[in-house]
Parts: sequence; structure tokens; C-alpha cells
Amino acid sequence: MNDINTILLGALAKNGLLTAFAVVGATMWLSYFLSARFTRGHLHGSALAIIIGLLLAYIGGIATGGTKGIVDIPLFGGIGLMGGAMLRDFAIVSTAYGANLGDMRRCGLSGIVSLLLGVILSFIIGAGVAYAFGYTDAVSMTTIGAGAVTYIVGPVTGAAIGASSDVMALSIAAGLVKSVLVMVGTPFFAKAIGLDNARTAMVFGGMMGTTSGVCGALAAIDAKLVPYGAMTSTFYTGLGCLLGPSLLFFATRALVGG
Amino acid sequence: MIIYGVALLSLCTLAGMFIGDLLGVVVGVKANVGGVGFAMLLLLFLTDKLKRRGHLVPTSSQGIAFWSAMYIPIVVAMAAQQNVAGAIKGGPAAILAGVLAVVITFALIPLVVRIGASSYVPAIDADVKA
Repeated sequence: MNDINTILLGALAKNGLLTAFAVVGATMWLSYFLSARFTRGHLHGSALAIIIGLLLAYIGGIATGGTKGIVDIPLFGGIGLMGGAMLRDFAIVSTAYGANLGDMRRCGLSGIVSLLLGVILSFIIGAGVAYAFGYTDAVSMTTIGAGAVTYIVGPVTGAAIGASSDVMALSIAAGLVKSVLVMVGTPFFAKAIGLDNARTAMVFGGMMGTTSGVCGALAAIDAKLVPYGAMTSTFYTGLGCLLGPSLLFFATRALVGG
Repeated sequence: MIIYGVALLSLCTLAGMFIGDLLGVVVGVKANVGGVGFAMLLLLFLTDKLKRRGHLVPTSSQGIAFWSAMYIPIVVAMAAQQNVAGAIKGGPAAILAGVLAVVITFALIPLVVRIGASSYVPAIDADVKA
């Protein structure tokens, strides 16, 4: 019996990437099931899946005392490849496909203003909070600030400028808080800001930017608005990935040094 | 063929990374400066051009669409390998950063909507109201 276990574990560990696909697939299924069953879709399945991912990382960290979350458990080593920098950047770039340039022009001036203001303002708030909590070096401030932009921009920026893994985890968590809050909170305040037309939906997408949060919220308000919010929020992540490790990092470094 | 789409996506990503690394050297930081952003712009321009000329057939674009659909699962895998145990002590910072970013930007939406309102072309508005 013990032998069979050893052989099975060996097979899973040897084919790490495939094990990762299966494990993440099961996580996604569980999240979407929980989302539909217990939150009636208000908390989007993708956000729940990322929360479970962070939870697994926490369990891995506690169990092994390592710094790479679940990946420190040999059986789950393949998750390191699946969610590593190479495939992550590859998948993020692919999301630009489907947005088209004509749509960008159609957003008009307020769309562009909302994108710039949304990214820069979120960044300043995040970096400011990081500073207040004692993360006073430029790299940590930039990474956490970028996390307040979105949970994608955070780790992309952090990896580019060499942030430590716990700061990266913090920036993902900040972005996740944002995403969940946008998703769950927006429907309650939609009327107050007049979020019932395509134009406001575009500005909403540009200001908040977190694609899963924006799409989840708009789906709960009026499903017809989803493509408009999705359009600007796609550009938001791209803009964040462009500005985070460049302009915003340099500005932060110029301000606090180091 | 599906591989054409995957190859195009790879080329754009690699080119973006190269530009990002190059820019990092030019401005004197040990960092990839905006590589992912450049790659996204490149993919956007190239697919737009190829589509217009009819070179990007649906089967080819499936090679890009597949990775686009794998995006959230890959982000989940990324989340699962962060040093969360190490970040727990910074938990309040993450929550505060997220909450403040949402509240402040959300409150500004009605103001931004007013910018350029008259010049807006409601090209796709019609089918939303329908």
C-alpha cells in the first residue's frame, strides 16, 4: 500500500506542471461552485479562486517554513512553473488581444483621463499607505503602490524592480482587497454615481481598473454594461504594467531615495 | 494554425521583454522597464493590422485566446506561491491600501464623467439602451 502511495506521489511530482493544471483546475471549480452557491455570484469565482490561492500559499509557508508558499511542498512544485514569471507575463500579454484600437478612441477624453487618474491616484494612495506602515524603501513602496493599482500590476512591477516575496504578497493582497470591494460594494453605490450608461461604465472601468472587480460589479448592475467597463479596465492593467516599473518607480525613487 | 497565434503572442512578449530590459539598461536600473506593457501594445497593434488584412484567421487567434482564458488560473497559481505567511504581519497595510484606493477613485467618477462630455461620440450607445 505504502509502495503505491510512493509511486503515485512520484508520478505527480515528476509531472509537476500537469499536477499544477489539475490542482488549479480543481481550485477554480470549487471557487465557482462556492461563488454561485453561497454568494449568488456577487463575489466572482475568480476572486474567490485567488483568495484560495493565497490561502494555499499561507498553508504551504506555515507547513514548510519556506518563502515560496505551496511550491515549497515538492508535490506542488509545478505550480511554480505555471504561475512563474514566464507564463504569467505570457498570459497577461494575451489579454490585450480582443481590445481594439477603435474602441480606445471611442472612450473619448474622459476615458483617457479616467485611466491616467485611476492608475496614478491608486498608486499614490498605495505607496503612501506602505510608507505609513514602515515600508519606506522605493522598491517596496512602488510594489505595494502598484498592488493598489491591481493585483496584476503589483507583482509584475515587483518582479521587474526586484521586490522581496513578502512585499509582493502584500501587493497582491492590496489589489485583491480592491477587487473584492469593487465587486461587492459597487452595486450598492451605482445609483449614487449614475452608473447606468455605457459612458459612465467606461469611466468606472478606467478609474477602478481591476478587470475582475469591474466585470463582476457591472454584471450585478446590468450585464449589458460589462463590455464597456471591461474595455477600459483592460487598458488600465496594460498602462499600469507600463508605468509601474518605469515612471512611477523613478518618481518614487526620486522622492524617497534608494 | 493555432501555433501561428501562439508564436505571434510569444514574439510580442519576447520583443516587449527585450525593449523593457533595454530601457532598463538605458535609464540605468536593474529592472525590466514596462516590458509587459510594451508587449501588450505590440500585440494590440499587430493583431489589429493582421486582422484588417485578413491574415489572422480564427484558428490562429485561438492560439492567443487559449492563453487569455488561462490568465486567471495562472494568476491563482501565482498567488499560491507568494510568501503569504511572511506578509500576514503587513495585513492591515494591504487592507488599508486597497480600501482607500477604491473609496477615493470611486468618489471621483462623477467628476471625470463630465470631462469632454459634449465631444463624446455615442457610437455604441444605441444597443445598450435597446
